[in-house]
Amino acid sequence: MRDQLSFYLNGELKTLRNVSPTQTLLRYLREDEKLCGTKEGCAEGDCGACTVMVSRLADDGSVKREAINACIRFLPSLEGTSVTTVEALSKSSEAPHLVQQKMIDHNGSQCGFCTPGFVMSLYTAYRNNVALPTGAANDLLAGNLCRCTGYGPILVAAKEIGEIAESVDQSEDDHSERAQLDEILHQDMIAFKHDGVEAFLPANSDQLAEIYAAHPEATIIAGATDVGLWVTKQHRHLQCVIFLDRVKDLASIKCKENELIIGAGATYSDATGVLAEAYPDLGELVRRIGALQVRNAGTIGGNIANGSPIGDMPPALIALGATLVLRHGDKRRELPLEKFFIDYGKQDRKTGEFVEAVRIPLTVPADDFRCYKISKRFDQDISALCGCFNIKIVDGVVCSARIAFGGMAGTPKRAASVEAALTGKPWVQDIIDVAMRAFADDFTPLSDMRASADYRLRTAQNLLMKYFLESKTPLSQTRLVGEGSVFA
Amino acid sequence: MTGAPSLKKGADQPVRQIRGSVSSPIAHDSAYKHTSGSALYVDDIPAPENCLHVYIAISDRAHAKIISSDLSKVRAATGVVVILSRDDIPGENDIGPVVHDDPLFALGAGGGVVEGEGQALFAVVATTIDAARTAAARAKIDYEDLPAILTIDDAMAAQSLLEPPYKMGRGDAKSAILASPHQLKGRIEIGGQEHFYLEGQAALAIPGEDDDVTVYCSSQHPTEIQHKAASVLGVPNNAVTVEVRRMGGGFGGKETNGNLPTAVVALAAKLTGRPVKVRYDRDDDMIATGKRHDFRIDYQAGFDDDGRIQAIIFDQAARCGRSHDLSLSICDRAMFHADNCYYLPNVSITSYRCKTNTVSNTAFRGFGGPQGMVGIERVIDEIAFKLGKDPLDVRRVNFYAAKDTKSDRNVTPYHMTVEDCVIGEIVEALVVSSDYAARRKEIGTWNKKQPLLRRGLALTPVKFGISFTATHLNQAGALVHIYSDGSIHLNHGGTEMGQGLFTKVAQIVAEEFQVNIDRVKITPTNTGKVPNTSATAASAGTDLNGMAALDACRKIKKRLIDFAAAAWKAKPEDILFQPGCVQVGGQEISFDELISKAYMARVSLSANGFYATPKIKWDRNAGRGRPFFYFSYGAAVSEVVIDPLTGENRLLRVDILHDVGKSLNPAIDLGQIEGGFAQGVGWLTTEELWWDDKGRLKTHAPSTYKIPTASDRAPEMNIAIWDGGRNEEETVYRSKAVGEPPLMLGISVLMALSDAIGNARGRERYPSLDAPATPERILRAVSGDWV
Repeated sequence: MRDQLSFYLNGELKTLRNVSPTQTLLRYLREDEKLCGTKEGCAEGDCGACTVMVSRLADDGSVKREAINACIRFLPSLEGTSVTTVEALSKSSEAPHLVQQKMIDHNGSQCGFCTPGFVMSLYTAYRNNVALPTGAANDLLAGNLCRCTGYGPILVAAKEIGEIAESVDQSEDDHSERAQLDEILHQDMIAFKHDGVEAFLPANSDQLAEIYAAHPEATIIAGATDVGLWVTKQHRHLQCVIFLDRVKDLASIKCKENELIIGAGATYSDATGVLAEAYPDLGELVRRIGALQVRNAGTIGGNIANGSPIGDMPPALIALGATLVLRHGDKRRELPLEKFFIDYGKQDRKTGEFVEAVRIPLTVPADDFRCYKISKRFDQDISALCGCFNIKIVDGVVCSARIAFGGMAGTPKRAASVEAALTGKPWVQDIIDVAMRAFADDFTPLSDMRASADYRLRTAQNLLMKYFLESKTPLSQTRLVGEGSVFA
Repeated sequence: MTGAPSLKKGADQPVRQIRGSVSSPIAHDSAYKHTSGSALYVDDIPAPENCLHVYIAISDRAHAKIISSDLSKVRAATGVVVILSRDDIPGENDIGPVVHDDPLFALGAGGGVVEGEGQALFAVVATTIDAARTAAARAKIDYEDLPAILTIDDAMAAQSLLEPPYKMGRGDAKSAILASPHQLKGRIEIGGQEHFYLEGQAALAIPGEDDDVTVYCSSQHPTEIQHKAASVLGVPNNAVTVEVRRMGGGFGGKETNGNLPTAVVALAAKLTGRPVKVRYDRDDDMIATGKRHDFRIDYQAGFDDDGRIQAIIFDQAARCGRSHDLSLSICDRAMFHADNCYYLPNVSITSYRCKTNTVSNTAFRGFGGPQGMVGIERVIDEIAFKLGKDPLDVRRVNFYAAKDTKSDRNVTPYHMTVEDCVIGEIVEALVVSSDYAARRKEIGTWNKKQPLLRRGLALTPVKFGISFTATHLNQAGALVHIYSDGSIHLNHGGTEMGQGLFTKVAQIVAEEFQVNIDRVKITPTNTGKVPNTSATAASAGTDLNGMAALDACRKIKKRLIDFAAAAWKAKPEDILFQPGCVQVGGQEISFDELISKAYMARVSLSANGFYATPKIKWDRNAGRGRPFFYFSYGAAVSEVVIDPLTGENRLLRVDILHDVGKSLNPAIDLGQIEGGFAQGVGWLTTEELWWDDKGRLKTHAPSTYKIPTASDRAPEMNIAIWDGGRNEEETVYRSKAVGEPPLMLGISVLMALSDAIGNARGRERYPSLDAPATPERILRAVSGDWV
């Protein structure tokens, strides 16, 4: 058991004792370290002005580098990592880093406040040898808002940075960073108390199970893309927190013949590849969840466990027939994912029980499964509604239908009446028309800032129509974004 | 005199071309600092020892009487040093920029009244921001809710107006509409817009001796900050010094919105004798600060078979919020742009300035102009729809007469003659470069083949009037020093918010003295150096401050020339500033040497410059005059695609041709054009402000308020500065203002969406698309059967 945190900041080892477990990295940088290059634009992980790079050792011993939002990242989650801020890139205007030089050359900054965040997103991609043609650059930078430039100059810079990054040899830097990270790696549980707040950093899932059973009142924090906002926005005081960052065995992704088992601690970024391979529409849905900084931190398990009615993973996974694995101490139980969501703010999770994994069947034909995320902005927006359809048609007749929506009720919810209206019926326009009307039996959505109840209901109906159309025409004729779109 | 200087060549080798001359596309002066995080914003200034922090408590009621308040628990909270309310203000409890109807604090002994959500109640000064915020939450305030007027419709029904309706126009529009071959009438609702500057409002006050206080803040208008802080403190203006190095974005949101937080920290600093800092968090910033005015525009028009407008009536109703702020001028500018590029023979424009129990709306890039312009573009679009014509053809027949042509179709509704109209030339060039005609045809064919998606295309023009319409504001000052080593110190009244003003003005100084721009030290705007400045606003920053700097440079140059002429016995006209050196007769001496010699000869090497825009005058009562020195022009073609089942949409291609006169810096100007366009597109598409039925804003963070992100940029964007640009008026190096006009190029996207909707639902009824065109509004417009 240890009571101190160790991580590197711009190459220098920091050993911290007696810190607040919910102290954000951003405030630590700006207030304690006086590194004011990293900015606060929103304190909710949406604008990216606080982007920094976090490097950690991956299971295979390589260095994994990710851009994250420092504003909603708590200090304990940096244990065993190396944090790089914009200050580390160059020492003077005489010798800027390539990323900085390209941003300058192409007039990528105007007011400059968002710029350190863009630079760090681009720098992280550079360190990862990522090429950045427009589409990739858009994805990379979706979580960095700029209000001045209109993005053009930054995208040009990104493209040129990517052209060089692709082939640049950084093995020497990799080696030294790996050695550094290796030095502070350990398997001890970390536990400390600050100002009455208890914090635990278990190093594996058995430690987690034990600690959580002993402290069922604790808040479990994975990527902090939700819990972070409890602190920075709602100014809540958490009394006991457990961080999952070091629990690597909870983050495993297992590909079996008929199913994928995604550990609750796996981030969206970790899972994107396998999900996209199995179900292209699911990959596209994940691409549109948050932005890269959020996907690098947020977990699929967290998206389920927090029970939000507007999380995007639950409707998709429910439509696919996923199963949730819950653990308490050494005991495990499984339930169909839709059963987990009882009511708004209420889930079937017993005291001391935590989400361990979600099991996703791989048996659904990819073309049967479609996801539609509807939001005001395509990238990095929260769904007004998210409709996911898994309809099996054999010989022109619907033999099964699993349809689930987010944003239409107090929980992610199946459209049971619509499913019933379709099942066993011929796959024809008349039946679709009938089934569209059944949405009103399944859902009584709310009006809020994302959309009106009318829009939600009407669009949910129209999405069935769209699915119907897509069963007969190529996606190039129906899709505005993502795979298959001619406008991408 | 220390003896006649020698005429030998200076130590510096003359260079052929200086770095940073006028019209060179150099990078923003802070570009490296931006990319390295070393550019200091207010919150980055190292906090002085003992610095206190302020949290400003705001109302969550739209309209309510404060029956009682108990702040004892706030006072008792850990870290609290002092609480500030109305009763602690030695001077005037007001931060209104024009009309004194904007209290600093609503709360005082005996209660108070709040007239909108976000209105400041009181402030807590504490040792940390967390302590201040936590303490503020412990206030117990009992309200009695009063009836609230929240929307334009509410205000119009109740005739809740800041002033009686204001009218301008010409002829008998009503009769002329009736006499026209065709008529139409309709309404468009246009949403407001949050500035979403990335850096929120922030200020740091440091108390000095006597009444003095120095404030570092993020403001477009340091002089007004100075005046309002002085008035709150009850001290003369000379006691307050305001300094602004840079803002992390402004867009109009830091023209008056900084008055309140800076007045609070100035007050707190004087009362505690300690430095005090404030920085709004994003949610408070979005709730408490004003936005672009939302508008409801009713229109009636009469037109002929070609779509030529015979007469038009506009009723513009704007939601101003709970106080005046700058609303009257903003609403005026909406009227001034109700014509856009079109001659309106008979016209009547009436403006209703609605007073509502919502945040007091304020300046935002375009300052009412964009809303006025959307109104007329909407009418044109609908005329074309009715006649079955391409809207471009209707636009063309209505353009103001081109400059230098003999026509009487060149007088605006406010009786100013348009002498510099180049919109026809720009549009025709853009029609060619954007391949408009072929694409129009191709889109028609494509749409016919598609089972679902529909594309749309539109070209819209922009004519934007340059000058503050409050004539007295069109003045500026600058201060230039040359130190004895030849280095130059530049200061002026303009502020830097990312638009590149400091770079452009430094280029002007470099050009005047023919020295490398690196020699020109750009210094923070400071009310102690250049007084009585106007806001950096109305796109006029460079026009005004560039000219003032030019004036200062020329004063010094004249002294240098007189000195050199006397010292070297040359004719003044033979003394020329060449790159890196000064030519005296046939010989060259280095700039450094000239300065050194001039200093030794006791020549003043410092000058202030001044500029007042000529020619402009405006009689508001008569609705006549020349409010603008000149106009900036531009045009854009946008192509979109929509999904008629969901209302989702994408911008596919944009072509822009924009007039910046003779560009002072094409790189910076292109940045303004693209950035302004993107902001205009955001305003009209994804950026939706949403209040609940209690008048509380629910879109107060980027999670709910969606400005464009990288992928919203069209995959194909062709942006060019019009190569025919040259200001007809004598502006600085014949450049034109560029800050605001490009925002209105974004109107092309709204019109392209309207076109796509028409293509989706058939031509029987006009889509009447409101803004912002969210997927929901598009779906409503497509469906048509859904109110």
